[in-house]
Amino acid sequence: MNMVSLSTLDLSIAALLVLVLAVLGLKLQLGVSRQLIIAALRTTVQLLLIGYILKFLFDNVHLGYMAAISIIMLLFAGREVMARQTHPYKGLWGFGMGTISMFLSTFMVTLLALTVIINNDPWYTPQYAIPLLGMMLGNTMTGIALGLERLTQAAREKRRQIEARLMLGHSWQQSIMTIRRQSMRYGMIPIINSMAAAGLVSLPGMMTGQILAGSPPLEAVKYQILIMFLIAAGTGFGTVIAVVLGSRRLFDERERLRLDRLRK
Amino acid sequence: MTSLRVEDVGNKWLPNEINLEVAAGECIVISGPSGVGKSLLLRAIADLDKHSGKVSLGETFCGEVPATQWRKQVGLLPADSAWWGEQVHDHMPVVKREQLAALGFEEDVMKWSVERLSTGEKQRLAILRVLANEPDILLLDEPTANLDPDSVDKVEALLLGYCRNKPAGLIWVSHDIAQAKRIADRRYHFDENGLGEVTA
Repeated sequence: MNMVSLSTLDLSIAALLVLVLAVLGLKLQLGVSRQLIIAALRTTVQLLLIGYILKFLFDNVHLGYMAAISIIMLLFAGREVMARQTHPYKGLWGFGMGTISMFLSTFMVTLLALTVIINNDPWYTPQYAIPLLGMMLGNTMTGIALGLERLTQAAREKRRQIEARLMLGHSWQQSIMTIRRQSMRYGMIPIINSMAAAGLVSLPGMMTGQILAGSPPLEAVKYQILIMFLIAAGTGFGTVIAVVLGSRRLFDERERLRLDRLRK
Repeated sequence: MTSLRVEDVGNKWLPNEINLEVAAGECIVISGPSGVGKSLLLRAIADLDKHSGKVSLGETFCGEVPATQWRKQVGLLPADSAWWGEQVHDHMPVVKREQLAALGFEEDVMKWSVERLSTGEKQRLAILRVLANEPDILLLDEPTANLDPDSVDKVEALLLGYCRNKPAGLIWVSHDIAQAKRIADRRYHFDENGLGEVTA
């Protein structure tokens, strides 16, 4: 099987559909046509841009370039985790906690996958490393953001219960234990659900893409399984680390609940 | 015999620095208008809020022992009790039978679901919960505000009995002047000018 290359005309036909939708939106006064067009333009520009960056990286295989792009991706993901919080941690913590957790989990898991499982030469071959890291970061980011959101929301809502335990001489770990468990679970639910539904309800995007690009279905499936496992591990470990760090930060050295460390 | 000494305690919500001393076996009552910081003072003494100044129990300063140990020795009973578990015994594994009886409970109360407790029952159980730690100092934030007269008598008898027998120091916040006169060894008034002893 060979990949059918898309021409500019092919993409224009698809773009025409979006334009028709925008016109319909105008007629129906949905108020989204402008956003729709801007989003479509952004997709085109952003993806083309990343296409050129990937092309450059593929042509110039170098560990330094790979490290640089990985760190940029990590920092964007860290910012996104903070942006998704209703009450993020104040100061550098807000950004740092998600970023450190993602670094520890996704980078370790991706490194393991690249060096031991895929084991290409060199191990940082961009064709494998970048999509893998991208998928890991994207999913781990969601898990960590959900876990931290749950943690901070619950700590605010259950402040009285937490402090009631502190007053009785319970440690901070005991006092936040239930909330901590819930938050960790919460962050892991999406990946567990998508593993459970994979193939039955949805065909995962990566696998679909590979099949469209001409890969034999069973090869695509094997890669998808690998990715699912890696994402589950990365998200799980990342969420656990983030929630542990986050819950510690909610208490000070005298084990006082410090909700003032969250933004209003 | 461990007395509690509060020296120049204040924080951003407690602009006046507070000085206070309560001996083991002594009950002092603090009264005063709402919003001046009575509850915040108790929280600072229990080391639940950041504060300046020093608090010591006997020879030991608050910062010298782990916070968990401090809060077991200096027990705070807040005005509203909070419950995190399903059943009463999730909150206090051990409680003395005679203390249960003193507040009118049978032992099966330990198996009761927290959901079905009335406000008054919660308040009385919260008192037993803090007593289970056998604290040297009890910080009581309006412990009888939600109770019927009969329960008020029982609670006063139990807490004063604990105070004299252990002996433990009591700092009791109350808006009820008659109660203050009834139970206090010394009385204090807390308003925007700070804390002052009532001598009359």
